[in-house]
Order: sequence, then C-alpha cells, then structure tokens
Amino acid sequence: MPHNAPMLQHQDIVNELPRLRRYARALTHNATLSDDLVQDTVERALSRFTLWRPGNLRAWLFAIMHNLYVNQVRSAPPLAYTGEEPLPEIPVRASQADSLEMRDLARALARLPIEQREVLLLIGLEDFSYEEAAKIIDVPIGTVMSRLSRGRERLRALLAGSELPEPQLKVVK
Amino acid sequence: MSRAPLSEDELHAYADHRLNTARRADVEAMLAQRPELRQAVADWRMHKAQLHTTYDSVLSEPLPARLLGTARVPRRHTPLRFAAVVTWLVLGGIIGFTLRGQLGQDAPSSLHSAHLAALPRQAAIAHAVFSPEVRHPVEVGASEETHLVAWLSKRLGTALKPPHLAAQGFDLVGGRLLPGEAGPVAQFMYQDSQGQRLTLYVRQDAAQNAPTAFRYAQEGKVSVFYWLDGKMGYALSGEMNKGTLLPVATAVYQQMNP
Repeated sequence: MPHNAPMLQHQDIVNELPRLRRYARALTHNATLSDDLVQDTVERALSRFTLWRPGNLRAWLFAIMHNLYVNQVRSAPPLAYTGEEPLPEIPVRASQADSLEMRDLARALARLPIEQREVLLLIGLEDFSYEEAAKIIDVPIGTVMSRLSRGRERLRALLAGSELPEPQLKVVK
Repeated sequence: MSRAPLSEDELHAYADHRLNTARRADVEAMLAQRPELRQAVADWRMHKAQLHTTYDSVLSEPLPARLLGTARVPRRHTPLRFAAVVTWLVLGGIIGFTLRGQLGQDAPSSLHSAHLAALPRQAAIAHAVFSPEVRHPVEVGASEETHLVAWLSKRLGTALKPPHLAAQGFDLVGGRLLPGEAGPVAQFMYQDSQGQRLTLYVRQDAAQNAPTAFRYAQEGKVSVFYWLDGKMGYALSGEMNKGTLLPVATAVYQQMNP
C-alpha cells in the first residue's frame, strides 16, 4: 500500500500550527525565525512520528520545539551577541507595535534567560500545567516552579524599570 | 484546624487558577494581610494577560503555505515522494488493467465506458502528484487568473473558466497544463484555510458525449466526483471523504454546466 496508515493525520498537525507559531513568536521575537522553528519542529516530528504514541500531541510537539530551540541557541555563534547593546531592537510586526505596553513586554521577555522565558510562556501563554511544562522541557517540577518564580519576579522588575530583580518574596508564614 | 504553611509555589498556583478550593481560601486569607504579595499576584496575572494581548494575534494569522506543506504526513521527502508517485502510477495501471472490461454497468466493453472510467483514475493520479507540491503546486497562479484562463482555454480549444468555490471555503491556487490520453488537460487547484487541497481536472474528448450523471470513485485515499458533458470531462479530486467533497463537487457542476 502506498500509505502505511499513519497514526498521525495531516490535520492533527495543522491544528497545532497556530499554537506552535504563537509560542515560537513569543520565544524568538522574530516572525521568520519563529516560522523556521515551527517548520523544523514539524519536520522533526514527522521524521519520528512512528515514535509518537497517541496522547498529548501538543505537548509532544512543544517538547520537540524546545529541544530544537535550545540546541539552536547553544550552537549560535557567540559573535551574534553584542554585549554593548542593552536592548536589542526587536523586530515587531506592525500590527503588534501599536501598543507601547506590548512592546515593553516583548522587550522585557527577550531579556529573560531562556529557561525562565520558556517556563513563563508555557504556563502563562500556552496554559500548560506545571507537570506538562516539566515534561516538555524535561526537568523536575521543582525546577519549573523555581524558574517560574524567578522569571516572574524578573519580569516584574524589568517592567517596573529597575535593573535588578526585587528581593525574593518571603511567603512562608 | 491545622494549616500547613503556604509555599511560594502555591502562590503561583493561586495566580494561575490551579490551586484547589481549600487552599485557595488559605491563600486569600494570607493575601488579605500581605499587600506586597497581593501586588505580586496581581502583577503576575496582569503580565499573563499582556502576553495574550501581545501574541494571540498570531493565532488568527493565515498559516504560511510552507508550513502547511511541511505538515503533510508522511514527510515530504524526495525519495519517498518519488516512490509515492511511482506507486500511484503503477497502482493506477494495475487498477486500470484489472478493471478493464469490468467497469461500466451499461456497456462493459464499450470504448465510451472505458474512457469514462479512466477519467477519475487519471484525475486522482494527477491530484496525488501535484497537490503535495509546496513550491510549484501550479504553473500559473490565481493572481494571474486572466492569463491562466486565456492560456488553458487556448490549449484545450474551448472557453474554460475555473469555478469560484469561495462559498465552499476554497480559493483558487492556480492551474497547470497536463498531458492526457487524447491531448492537453487542464488542472485547477484550490486550497482552503486549513491547507486542504482540491483539484479540478478538465479534459476534452474528441467525440461528443451524452451528458452523464454525477459519478463517484474512490482511488486510494482520493475521492473523485466526475461527469461528462458534451466534449468535456470533469473530475474533482480531494483527499477527503465523499460527504465533504460532495457539496463542493455540486457547486463545481452547477458552475460548469449552467
């Protein structure tokens, strides 16, 4: 038979594309780069779709994207980064540039360490549970929580205009 | 009543609406006394909302064609693609050979019915070959519709006009010229917002045919509705079930045979 009954249907993946694109856009702040990342993710997923067990397709695709992104960032030439410029100009789509608030948020997000940005977006934007986020980035849930906490506090500090995160909140009473 | 001390994790779970009801009351009691924590929770929630206002517009952007092409299962891969095309051609031949003389309830061995039976098969093969194309799905795009219509009409020797299927959710991608059994064949391609593609295969026969009824054939995964009218033969193909394709085929039929 020409088609060996794929467990995964074209439509299943197409259904996930908008969510993958939104996450990639927030992660990379660049429309072209983020679509490249989505394309690589889908290609990687299809090349190993025999490994996919029916279940949470979305989380599986996000996990693949996480791995690709982390590897990409790791292998990016260090020359691409110039420490001089504290706030690199982020290409923002015209439709998104209409609000200063949105631009501030995008810039602050870009200044978070990748691990914190990922967790913040997986939970705050993509609405994954803490357990799902832990599976996607393949770390213990405690690590997710501490990244979430540090990321959120750092984002607050950045948006409040201060360079350093505020002192760690003391919650336990 | 003993209360376990609240952790920061629970404060985040509270902000994310992921805390169970019992604990929620504890957190709220604490927040009532701790304005700085109240402020933190409010900020976290506000930032979440801002993430959505900043990035949710991506969800409603049209999907780029290159992603839709990539998302095809199995993976678009040159040797595989080649194999798929060969398989289709061989399969088409085998089906054709096996079914030769068996098709057409009215006149099994007549040239007419064999010719008619070949229509959906050829259309399905052409659909299978070109619809997964990412970079060159068509020769002339819909942006040059006037040229497309003039060109294909000239080659087929009859006034052709691709039907408009926007009401059915399909937009014209463009068209191409293909070799058929008896001469040139036109193929129009359509795509919906999900990247699902349809092709309309239009051939011209030498002989004048009596109009046939609407017929349906399943060729592998491709569903085909086809009919003859005068010198023209039409076949609409798509990788979808019969029920989904039928309303589109009806619209095509009505526009081509007014």
